[in-house]
Amino acid sequence: MSDTHAHDAHADHGDHGHGDHASHGTRGSYIKGFFLSVILTAIPFWIVMTDAFKDPSTAALVVMVFAVAQIVVHMIYFLHMSGKSEGGWTMMALIFTIILVVITLSGSIWVMYHMNTNMMPMQAAADM
Amino acid sequence: MNDTLLKTIFGRLTLESLPLHEPIVVATFAMVAIGGLGLVAALTYFKVWGYLWNQWFTSVDHKKIGIMYIILAIVMLLRGFSDAIMMRAQQAMAFNGSEGYLTAHHYDQVFTAHGVIMIFFVAMPLVTGLMNYVVPLQIGARDVSFPFLNNFSFWMTAAGAVIVMMSLFIGEFARTGWLAMPPLSGLAYSPDVGVDYYIWALQIAGIGTLLSGVNLVATIVKMRAPGMTMMKMPIFTWTSLCTNILIVAAFPVLTAVLAMLSLDRYIGTAFFTNDSGGNPMMYVNLIWIWGHPEVYILVLPAFGIFSEVTSTFSGKRLFGYSSMVYATLVITILAYLVWLHHFFTMGSGASVNSFFGITTMIISIPTGAKIFNWLFTMYKGRIRFELPMMWTIAFMVTFTIGGMTGVLLAVPPADFVLHNSLFLVAHFHNVIIGGTLFGMFAGINYWFPKAFGFKLNETWGKISFWCWVVGFYFAFMPLYVLGLMGVTRRMRYFDDPNLQIWFVIAAFGAALIAAGIGAFLMQIFVSIRNREKLADLTGDPWNGRTLEWATSSPPPDYNFAFTPIVHDLDAWYDMKERKAVRPVSGFKAIHMPSGTGTGVVLAGLSVAFGFAMIWYIWWLAGLTLVGIFATAIFHTFNYKRDFHIPVEDVIASEDARTRQLATQGA
Amino acid sequence: MSAIPMKDGLNETKPVSFYDLDEHEHPDGGSTMLGFWMYLMSDCLIFAVLFAAYAVLGNSYAGGPSPKEIFELPLVAVNTAMLLFSSITYGFAMLSMEEGRQRIMQMWLVFTGLFGLAFLSIEMYEFATLIHEGAGPTRSAFLSSFFTLVGTHGLHVTMGLIWLVTLMVQVQKHGLIAANKRRLMCLSMFWHFLDVIWIGVFTFVYLMGTLR
Repeated sequence: MSDTHAHDAHADHGDHGHGDHASHGTRGSYIKGFFLSVILTAIPFWIVMTDAFKDPSTAALVVMVFAVAQIVVHMIYFLHMSGKSEGGWTMMALIFTIILVVITLSGSIWVMYHMNTNMMPMQAAADM
Repeated sequence: MNDTLLKTIFGRLTLESLPLHEPIVVATFAMVAIGGLGLVAALTYFKVWGYLWNQWFTSVDHKKIGIMYIILAIVMLLRGFSDAIMMRAQQAMAFNGSEGYLTAHHYDQVFTAHGVIMIFFVAMPLVTGLMNYVVPLQIGARDVSFPFLNNFSFWMTAAGAVIVMMSLFIGEFARTGWLAMPPLSGLAYSPDVGVDYYIWALQIAGIGTLLSGVNLVATIVKMRAPGMTMMKMPIFTWTSLCTNILIVAAFPVLTAVLAMLSLDRYIGTAFFTNDSGGNPMMYVNLIWIWGHPEVYILVLPAFGIFSEVTSTFSGKRLFGYSSMVYATLVITILAYLVWLHHFFTMGSGASVNSFFGITTMIISIPTGAKIFNWLFTMYKGRIRFELPMMWTIAFMVTFTIGGMTGVLLAVPPADFVLHNSLFLVAHFHNVIIGGTLFGMFAGINYWFPKAFGFKLNETWGKISFWCWVVGFYFAFMPLYVLGLMGVTRRMRYFDDPNLQIWFVIAAFGAALIAAGIGAFLMQIFVSIRNREKLADLTGDPWNGRTLEWATSSPPPDYNFAFTPIVHDLDAWYDMKERKAVRPVSGFKAIHMPSGTGTGVVLAGLSVAFGFAMIWYIWWLAGLTLVGIFATAIFHTFNYKRDFHIPVEDVIASEDARTRQLATQGA
Repeated sequence: MSAIPMKDGLNETKPVSFYDLDEHEHPDGGSTMLGFWMYLMSDCLIFAVLFAAYAVLGNSYAGGPSPKEIFELPLVAVNTAMLLFSSITYGFAMLSMEEGRQRIMQMWLVFTGLFGLAFLSIEMYEFATLIHEGAGPTRSAFLSSFFTLVGTHGLHVTMGLIWLVTLMVQVQKHGLIAANKRRLMCLSMFWHFLDVIWIGVFTFVYLMGTLR
């Protein structure tokens, strides 16, 4: 009687060992991830080493897109990232971290660009 | 002995490093040495070393660790406050040609040490200690997720404190202010050991803090009692969760920045130097990316305490629980979007300044919402003006004033006038003392009976309260006036005699606060002496609403013989209302983690490593580093880190509780 | 008894339990994966700060060498390959662990370690060459941030290798018990995370540096 209620109550709880396994890949998924990563690495290296794009900004953008893509590949195929692991907390922690990384990077670049423009001595500005 | 040999063995440590020519320091050392030896002698005489080692230093029990954090904080408060008294005295007397009694060389170390100690070794340990003690009890758990890491974190914090204290007697401390901005903190302008003491103390303590953050987040996410969904967690647990998320997210930034500064100092990199392309402004930018979330780390736990205290002492459920949770989450996120307001004047220009000025003003809104929620909780409640509630009301008034001056400073043009003036100093003391410190006093008075089984003496508590509150206003309101008049911070003497009266008033305030601290120590002493009379026999001296009050005072090692099942917010209140009956039989053996000395050893080796790095004693640095790795790896070879409390012990302790409750007519 | 008859919406009385009288023991280590992930997130932020420093200071050559002049992309490509191979070998090690095939797992871990060592050796060769050419970390802010960012990654790989060897010894001693499996899973997360950071490094430092 009270047992059933105790067990029902377990359902809302934070988790135990078995309920919430980290997912593992399969041989196939690791190999797929590996080949995808190889391709996503080789192409950017090729682009830069052969000057494939006339405009360096375009090359930079393309290379960045490949980097993001490969990070996603690693997250899915190697780190087994999913919205379900640890009740969604892993994904939430990752999203929060990504937001902070973006704020730190873009914030610092924006702020320091303005600082440098306004405050760097003429000599150093000429060096840069 | 020739020079090279001495240098190899001792690095840059020489006899000159001992401040034998500074009377104040020599006198302090004498007092500390005598006091320390006296303490050691007493402990030896009473044969308590074994007890201390086995029951406290090696304990992985969150309750013991929480208490140790708070004891550390109180000891460091005495040091940090001595620095404050020294500054107030100096500034009150340094007029009309007098340069006071402190040289610039000394004074600069005093204000630096004051800031570093108060933030890192008083406020942080107080906050961490209370969260550590209370959160597992509030969520119905038996300990935190990683009990060994918890013990290790405490000892690393203590190690940082030891390193700072060492700087008083061997060498000297930094003279750069508590954030050690380059180029002043770089090798060119601070070649001596001071900044190195600063760096290593913070890096070592920082590891402890970061791991503690990971620990408490995992604990709150994973170890809540069955039925306690996120929105049924006590509000102090919510604020602890957000605080620890901030810790995990902010402290890595401090670690990285200090590492870059130390690379500049140790191998000559050019991150923050004036030459070779370095950019000191980048340090300012990065350190405040850490620094702003840090102040929210300090204040959110206080907000949590105020929520618990207000609802308990108004006899009412907290008004607007959901909005309190959302406000806390919003503050957590916005904490990362305001950091530039600490350096509006550095020159980023109007567009950048406007953005951050606006975000800073926005972040005051959720805090304002919280104040209204507390007021609405009190409205139509049956308010009991016990000490925790008194501190809470003092907080509401004081913090609101400090918050308003913050919003004032958030306006860039105003900040251009007030940046680094005494107005700023008044503002941040206003919010840290009014917010964090008053919150910690409220929390200590509130949870002391739970931790020790007896309440704190009320008379001395009230004396302490009034001395602190009145003292605070006398000490810091003049600083607002002085700041508006244009007086800069960190000044050692002044030419305008019209300013002196304000500094004298401030010194009077500091004296009152000193009395407040003295009264607080008396409160503890008298309470221990009168503990029988002040005993809390029910475990619920305040008619509390959350699960920690369901246990005995103090709780047994295992906290709960049976894990509670939660059905509603304010779980203990719910259990009392619905007349839940405490089980008196059917107990089982309880699985607990074992204590270990590894944390103490690792922290001790870290102190030695830090000392070696500071003094350039490379052989010692290498040896201790290897020792740290070896100890850590060796520890991981120990797989048997737990034990079971035998069922007889559980029965004995629960039966004692049953009898105790029966005498209270419970 | 801890159950109290209560009325619920359906007008039936159901006893409400306030104490878990039949608690099954929590298996050890239920928080480990989440806790380690959180630590990894904090590590991610350390790297974010180092990337930010590189972004801000990476143009300050102080009259010294610029990225184009010192980066050898073919070598970096080989290095990247070493790390990527080490990721797949670790993946195979994890699969063997799940299958309980201890000796095969140890073999894959050895390969992982060897690829990791190869990565570190190439990197140390690169650093040594640069320092020898006068392009060491003290030459300019660009080089300071380069060496620190890439060097911190290398330090993490080194820690990972020490951890790997320790774990191999522990598995040899105690077998694939639950505690060792948890540790292997944590190292797995750590190792793949380092490869993710490397993607950032070779993209933003080496490739973009060469593009400037």
